[in-house]
Amino acid sequence: MLQQAEISPEKIEQDHLYRDMGLTDEEFQSVKNILGRQPNFTEIGIFSVMWSEHCSYKTSKPLLRKFPTEGPHVLQGPGEGAGIVDIGDDKAVVFKIESHNHPSAVEPYQGAATGVGGIIRDVFSMGARPIALLNSLRFGNLTTPRVKYLLEEVVHGIAGYGNCVGVPTVGGEIQFDDSYEGNPLVNAMCVGLIDQKDIQKGIAAGVGNTVIYAGAPTGRDGIHGATFASEDLSEESESKRPSVQVGDPFMEKLLIEACLEVIQHEALVGIQDMGAAGLTSSASEMASKAGMGMEMNLDLVPQREQHMTPYELMLSESQERMLLVVKKGQEQGIIEVFEKYGLQAVAVGTVTDDKQFRLLHHGEVAAEIPVDSLAEDAPVYYKESKVPDYYTEFQTIDYKPAVMNHAAMLKQLLQQPTIASKEYVYDQYDSMVGASTVVAPGSDAAIVRVRGTEKAIAMTTDCNSRYIYLDPETGGKIAVAEAARNIISSGAKPLALTDGLNFGNPDKPENFWQMEKSVDGMSAACLALETPVISGNVSLYNESNQQAIFPTPIVGMVGLVENLAHVTTSQFKQNGDAIYLLGETKAEFGGSELQNVLEGRYYGKAPAIDLDVEASNQQSVLASIQQGFVASAHDLAEGGLGVALAESLFGTELGAKVTLDGDVTTALFSESQSRFLLTVSQENQAAFEQAVPGAKQIGLVTEEAELAIEQDGKAIISEAVPTLEALWKGAIPCLLKSKA
Amino acid sequence: MKFAVIVFPGSNCDRDMYHAVRDGLGEEVDLVWYENANLADYDAILLPGGFSYGDYLRSGAIASVSNVLNQIKMKAEAGTPVLGVCNGFQILLETGLLPGAMLRNEKLKFMCHYETLVVERDDTMFTSGYEKGQQIEIPIAHGEGNYYCDDVTLEELKQNNQIVFTYKNNPNGSRADIAGIVNKAGNVLGMMPHPERAVEDLLGSSDGLAMFQSVLQHWREMYVTTS
Repeated sequence: MLQQAEISPEKIEQDHLYRDMGLTDEEFQSVKNILGRQPNFTEIGIFSVMWSEHCSYKTSKPLLRKFPTEGPHVLQGPGEGAGIVDIGDDKAVVFKIESHNHPSAVEPYQGAATGVGGIIRDVFSMGARPIALLNSLRFGNLTTPRVKYLLEEVVHGIAGYGNCVGVPTVGGEIQFDDSYEGNPLVNAMCVGLIDQKDIQKGIAAGVGNTVIYAGAPTGRDGIHGATFASEDLSEESESKRPSVQVGDPFMEKLLIEACLEVIQHEALVGIQDMGAAGLTSSASEMASKAGMGMEMNLDLVPQREQHMTPYELMLSESQERMLLVVKKGQEQGIIEVFEKYGLQAVAVGTVTDDKQFRLLHHGEVAAEIPVDSLAEDAPVYYKESKVPDYYTEFQTIDYKPAVMNHAAMLKQLLQQPTIASKEYVYDQYDSMVGASTVVAPGSDAAIVRVRGTEKAIAMTTDCNSRYIYLDPETGGKIAVAEAARNIISSGAKPLALTDGLNFGNPDKPENFWQMEKSVDGMSAACLALETPVISGNVSLYNESNQQAIFPTPIVGMVGLVENLAHVTTSQFKQNGDAIYLLGETKAEFGGSELQNVLEGRYYGKAPAIDLDVEASNQQSVLASIQQGFVASAHDLAEGGLGVALAESLFGTELGAKVTLDGDVTTALFSESQSRFLLTVSQENQAAFEQAVPGAKQIGLVTEEAELAIEQDGKAIISEAVPTLEALWKGAIPCLLKSKA
Repeated sequence: MKFAVIVFPGSNCDRDMYHAVRDGLGEEVDLVWYENANLADYDAILLPGGFSYGDYLRSGAIASVSNVLNQIKMKAEAGTPVLGVCNGFQILLETGLLPGAMLRNEKLKFMCHYETLVVERDDTMFTSGYEKGQQIEIPIAHGEGNYYCDDVTLEELKQNNQIVFTYKNNPNGSRADIAGIVNKAGNVLGMMPHPERAVEDLLGSSDGLAMFQSVLQHWREMYVTTS
């Protein structure tokens, strides 16, 4: 391991030791130019993490600039710990998504747990109380012991951390596909609530002010985690296990309460969590943002282990640590708050006006770097982009499935792990702590009320990466549109989103093309649906054995329920309600779950999407929900109408009788976009039909728990709902138990 | 009536308990930090759920030896209602105010969902608002809620009518389906399910509210003279 500070600057250059830290020869030269000399070991370590993709977005920056990030209700866009959106009543929601893919691939419990911890810190460091967690997970198919182990332990890690820290895990999604087998995705999203007057920023303003380190002491865990996150996974990744941090949710809980108390303190100037690249990024970013410098004495940093070098102290990613800047002379008041919670808080440095990042260790200057160079002089790369051959080929294919027995196919679809009930997973999460969860996991979007108001927050995570693989631009539009449909179906108006961009190695032009096109598609949908991007995270190099994952730009969307009376779920409500379908159904099966079942792979064209139609359907559904015409609403997604009908019956004791038009396979299983399944009580039918003229009645909710689907008087499916529900609920536990 | 919700480092249902009393019941309530607490003026003590001290050592073990528990023991002896929910129940077991111990759930996983509880006693200060045999919907959220006691203790619990709630469909392996028990005097109740999460129909159930109302009713009968 490269951890000896004794290595001389000459040797670093001669032996190209910086390459092991992920820096290129050109990047090393720029560092030399910036410093006007050879960097020492600590300095080159600092540059390598700050210029890693994870911290600098050097590859993705040109793409991220394309996202619309503004709106009248956006109080804080990308650039701070998390984005902030106004919800009225002087309150705001704060949210962000973050990936922890590579750590979770090698050490799933701690990888997932610390992913949750990190995203919670991003939210409370803005001054917000975290009110909800969501997660978006991707695994290989549940056929190998390794994949089952990864699923079990990732879920266990999320539960272990989230349950203890007392933030409810209210929603999420899981998709299973072979492309994730060696490189699972673990993205965690946190939503917080804040009084607008309490909004904090991570700035180190005011010359002479004191820098305070608070929370857990620094150990040798997670050193170079940000660099590890910016490489391909390989056989050697197992040896990176020490790059995975270890979490302590109890410490985090204390830190939340202490920080929320501290933000009310008049002496606080700025606060930021120590996330990726630990003390290095938090300190240098706070100084850089304020146009200041910072001097820190590393001897004062609380340490968990002996003889830690400046390199180790600066690059450690030990968890549950915060950095604060406090008015000079008023440190004690702040320190006492942390002490009440049994936490260490120590003055470790001061804000300077020389724009230098200066670190002292044992009485010597261990590093001195122009602070702006770390954040602002990071290289930006415009990678080569190339249309992959598969895409050109897929565009010429018109995939038409042949289904003989539609009832058997529906049963099979309900047991596909991507569609099957995730109760086995979410039952392990405390989804109710906080006593505000109005809609718990299992519906289209989760809903958490805002105490003291009639409002609530709706939230969801979404991304069908199969469509994005087939056609990144269309798939990118669909990812945003589907998230918005979930929010709309729950009775909320979509406000904004956070993006969790997960891609393969961007040095491969075909991968970069996928990134480029999916960002184009997402941006177009963000504009059409008026949902700006207010925060996000980029995770590249998601590959194993040279095989990239499906491009997976996860959308975490938040919406506002104006009045609790608007809260709507997907479950059918009462016998006699009319069932409506809104949106056109075409024969679109590329990337569908049906194609997965029949062919075992994805090819052809992704479903088409017209963003004008999407926006108009969404608006009319939301308006009719707000007017009280709609009893239930459900977005049509994987498995099409057949699956949506079955899901809407699960958890009720009702049935449905539905009559189909046209090709049965298309009507039941096509994954055409912009569609909603709605039910309306008899007395509201006339008003509803006037409000949503495009909706077509396809059947009725019935008393007997049977799903009866027919065409021209001929029964196509007639199945007892409890039978279907048992298959849907049992699928994942059964797959986990079966020996493969 | 004035309630105290005791807050330990790592408690996380403290504010839920606070809101259940303030907004659900409409009575006075304070969040009381465990250090330097003075419980003299409180009419009922609530030990909330969560992970006090991160569940280190054993769940509830470290909190059970904090100074505030000495005051709580004295209040309990004097007849003040003491309700421990989830981690609060675990703390009461660790202090010995209630008999038995908690094991990990039978399936070794944390679980969170609604369970149907059967009200076994409607004559305690916590349950007078229910009917004996009534079934109520209350959420559970725990990883170590598998109540265990030896045969002698179980016999005593039965003899003394100390079993207050049982699970209709035992989710965690608890002995005799036990979900909640009282001490012999009947003023200390420990239960794993969370009544404070079930005080509003908006969230799915208000079946827990009657428990808080029962405690208030008892207090009124004891101390308030009607004119």
